[in-house]
Amino acid sequence: MTVLTRRGRVGESATRVDGVPKVTGEYMYGSDLHAEHLLWGVTVRSPHASARICRIDVAGAARAAGVACVLTAADLPAARTFGLEFADQPVFADGVVRYSGEPVAVVAAETLEQAQLGADLVSVEYEPLPAVTDMEQALRPDAPLVHELGNVLRHVHIRHGDGADADAEVWVDGYYETAMQDQAALGPEGGLAVPAADGSVDLYVATQWLHVDRQQIALCLGLPEEMLRITLAGVGGAFGSREDIHMQIHACLLALRTGRPVKIVYGREESFHGHVHRHPSRSWIRYGAMRDGRIVAADVRLLLDGGAYASSSGPVLGNAATFAAGPYEVPNVLVEATVVYTNNPPCGAMRGFGAPQVCFAYESAMDELAAKLGFDPLELRLRNAVRTGSVLPTGQVLEGPAPVREVVERCRAVPVPPEEPREGRDAIAYPGGAGNVGRGEALKRGVGYAVGFKNVAYSEGFDDAAEATVTLRPSAEGPVAVIRTAAVDYGQGLYTVLAQIARTELDVDEVVFEPSSTDSGSAGSTSASRQTTMSGGAVLGACREIREALVGGQLEEAISRTFTYHHRPTTGLDEEGQGRPHVSFSFAAVRAVVEVDEELGLVRVVQLAAAQDAGRVINPQGAEGQVEGAAAMGLGLALTEEIQLADGAIRNASFTDYLIPTILDVPPIVSEFVEEPEPDAPYGVKGIGELATVAVTPAVVAALRAATGRALNRAPVRPDDLVGIEPSLRTSGRPPVPDVPGQRPIPEYHGLGLGQQQLMKARE
Amino acid sequence: MTITTTVNGVEHTVDVPPAASLLTLLRDELGLTGSKNACEQGECGSCSVWLDGELVCACLVAAVQADGRTVRTVEDLGGADRLHPVQEAFVAAGAVQCGFCTPGFVVAVADLLECDPHPSDDAIREALAGNLCRCTGYSKIVAAVHLAEGTAA
Repeated sequence: MTVLTRRGRVGESATRVDGVPKVTGEYMYGSDLHAEHLLWGVTVRSPHASARICRIDVAGAARAAGVACVLTAADLPAARTFGLEFADQPVFADGVVRYSGEPVAVVAAETLEQAQLGADLVSVEYEPLPAVTDMEQALRPDAPLVHELGNVLRHVHIRHGDGADADAEVWVDGYYETAMQDQAALGPEGGLAVPAADGSVDLYVATQWLHVDRQQIALCLGLPEEMLRITLAGVGGAFGSREDIHMQIHACLLALRTGRPVKIVYGREESFHGHVHRHPSRSWIRYGAMRDGRIVAADVRLLLDGGAYASSSGPVLGNAATFAAGPYEVPNVLVEATVVYTNNPPCGAMRGFGAPQVCFAYESAMDELAAKLGFDPLELRLRNAVRTGSVLPTGQVLEGPAPVREVVERCRAVPVPPEEPREGRDAIAYPGGAGNVGRGEALKRGVGYAVGFKNVAYSEGFDDAAEATVTLRPSAEGPVAVIRTAAVDYGQGLYTVLAQIARTELDVDEVVFEPSSTDSGSAGSTSASRQTTMSGGAVLGACREIREALVGGQLEEAISRTFTYHHRPTTGLDEEGQGRPHVSFSFAAVRAVVEVDEELGLVRVVQLAAAQDAGRVINPQGAEGQVEGAAAMGLGLALTEEIQLADGAIRNASFTDYLIPTILDVPPIVSEFVEEPEPDAPYGVKGIGELATVAVTPAVVAALRAATGRALNRAPVRPDDLVGIEPSLRTSGRPPVPDVPGQRPIPEYHGLGLGQQQLMKARE
Repeated sequence: MTITTTVNGVEHTVDVPPAASLLTLLRDELGLTGSKNACEQGECGSCSVWLDGELVCACLVAAVQADGRTVRTVEDLGGADRLHPVQEAFVAAGAVQCGFCTPGFVVAVADLLECDPHPSDDAIREALAGNLCRCTGYSKIVAAVHLAEGTAA
C-alpha cells in the first residue's frame, strides 16, 4: 500500500501521520474517552442573559438516582474565576449571571441520563436584571454595567501622519457589519479527569494550549501546577473555540471531590453555549484619495461586541485595529477601535482573530472608492498596495516580503469558469439547489475580488516561545527520530509538518511522536497561524543541534536535544498607537464567482480562487487543504453563518438552524501559492491557516454586489437583502470614543491577573 | 428493554433504555466509538452506519429498532493493516484533517460507490450533502471519491 509509505520531506506532500487511525475510526477524540467506573458530568446553565441568583437548591438533585455530586460556586476550593487574559470569568456564576448559557452548577452521576435528570432537578431562583444586548448600547452613559469596571473592555487609538485631517480630493464613507460566527468544529468539547491517590489529577482533553489550560485550572483547584497533568486527547477541530476553558475545571473539581474519573462531553446545543464565538463588528470607515488613485487617508471607527467576559478580546481588538486601514500605504490614518462588554455570549478567538471583520469593511470601502474614482478595483488596490519597506499605520516597517502584487496577479490569472447555459441544468446546479423553484429565469452572475492580510504568531510584546525535544536513536531498521512536543495538532497537519522537518534535517524515514502533555515545556497555542513557524522552528533547532553533535561520529546511542524557538521581539502600542506590534505578515487575494437568483435571493458560488503568500510551502497537499477549509469558513460568514440572539440568548444552537456550508455550497477552490521566504523564519515559512477566511467573505459579497447592483453592507448576506426586502443597514452615526486610561485592556488597569502573559513571563 | 442485534458480524443481547439511540448503543454500550456524535439530529452524517445494508444516521435510529437486525459500522470496513480502498483514498488524497467527520464520510462514500461505481462530481456532491465537514472545504473529499472509484465496489 503506497499510501502508508509516503514519508515526504520538506516541500513534498507527505501523508498525514495520523491519517490511518482517523479513517478507521480508531483515533480517540475527547468525546471517545473511557475509564472504568467513570461518572458523567452535566452542566446547569443560566437561561437569563443578566440576572441575580437569589437561591440555588441542590437537595433534589443530590437525592436523585445515581447522582454522586452536585457543585456550585459555594463549593469552590480556591480561585473562583479564570480567563485567558484576565481572570474575570466565574467557574460557576457567583451571585449574578452575565450571559445566557453561563454555568451555574454541575452534576455528576453514574450514567449520562441520570446526570441530565439530576441537572434538571437543580433549582435556581433568578431575579432578571436589565441586560446590555447591543454593543452601541454598552457605550451609552445610562447603560447597565456588565462588570463593575465598566463596559469598555479595551480601546485602541492609532494616529499616523495627520490622522483623518488629510486633504483628499475624493472621500468614500461606509458603514459595515459582520455577524457573530461560530467555529462549529465537528468534534464537541470533551474530556476525562482521573483523580490519583495522592490528590493530584490527570486530565485528558481536546484543547489548543495545554499549559495555559493547566495554569488556569490549577489555580481554581487550589493545586500546584505539578499536581495537574494534562494529556492531549484527539481534537475534532477547534478554530479558536478551544483556546478558552470549557469543561476542564468542572471535570477536575468533580473528580477530586468524588475520587472517581469524570467525563464531560457537550452535545451540539451545549457546545454553542460552551465556547466563545467570533466578535460581531460594526465599522464606520472613510477612505480619502486623490483623483489619480492615491489613497491619502483612512479614518476608521470600529466596535466589537466582546460579550460577557474578556477571553482574548484584547488581542483580537489589537489585531483588528492595526489592520483596519488594509494592506495599503496610507500616509494619514486615524483608528478608534473599541471592544465592549455586553450580556451577549462571550467572544474570543476564531480563525482570522480580528482580521476578517475589518477586511470586510476596508475591502468593501475599496470597491466603493474604485467606483467613485472610475478605477478598476484591482488596479486601485495595486496602486496602493504595501510592499517591503512600507510603513504601516502603527509606524511598523514591513521588513519581510509583501508580495501583494504577486498574489493579485496569480489570483487574476486563474481562468474564470465559462458561463453555463441558464436552462436545462441539473437541479442542483441552480442557486439554492434542488429546492429552487426557478429554472434559470432570473440568474445573474457576478465576480468580486478582495485582498487581505494577517499577522503570524502573537503580538504586542508577547513572547510565545515554543519548546520541542527531538531524540535520534539507532534501531535495527535504521535511525528513528522521536519528537516530543506539547503542541496541539487539531487537524491542520502540524505533526506531519514536524515529521517532514525531522526527516529532512536528520535524513531519517521513521518519525515517532510521543503523546502531547504538560510533561514537556510549553509549545504555545495552536492558533495565530504560528505553529509551523514556532514548533517547526523548535524541531528544526533541535535537529540541527543533534546533527552538530554527530559531526564526524556514528549514531551509537540515542541522542536528545531540547530547543526553544522565539520569534522576533515585538512591542506594545504607545499612546498614539505606534510601535512594532507584529512579527510578520502574509497576504492573500481571493476572487469569487457567484450566481444569484434575483427573484428568490438564492446564491450559488461557482468558483473561489485564492492566491496566498506562504513564504515557503512545507506540504503542498496540506497547504491546499488549509486554504480550501479556510475559504469554506469565509464563505459561511458571507452567506449563511450567524449566531442569532434574542435578548442575549442564542436562538439557533444546532446544525439544523446554524448553517455551516455543505458540500453543495462549497464550489471548487483553486489555490495558488507565492513563495518568497520570510527572513529568519524556519525555511522561510509564513502562516497559512487563516488568510483565506479573511479575504473570502468580502470577495463573495463583492461578487454579490456585482451581480445584483445592491449595496450590501452586512455579512452574512441574506436572501431578503438580495431581493431588496431588507434595505441596507443604516447607522445613526459613529458611537463616542470612550475615555480610557490607555491602550491596554481595561481589566489590566484594575489589577486583574495576566493569564497567558503571566505564563510566558514565568518562563523567562 | 432487551434486544438482540448483530453488529459487525457479532450478535449482542443488550438491555437498552427506551430512549437510547443506536449511536448511544454503539458508542457507550459496545465501545464502538468510530461512529461520531456531532449534531444529534441527523444533520452532519458523522454517525453514518448501515442498518440491514441501508445507510442511516445512527443518532436518528432508536436502539430498539436494531432488534433482530444487522448493523455495520466503520470498524468493519477495514483496519490499519487492511484499509478499505475508500479509507486508503481519503488518506492519500488529503481528505482528512481533524478527522471527526471522516468515519461518517468513509461509510457514506463506500455506500455511494457500491451503488454508483463511477459517480460524476454532481452525483458525489448530491450523495454527500448529508455529511458535514468543517476542515477541508470538501475539495479533497471529492478527489478522494474519484481516487477510490472502481476499486471500492
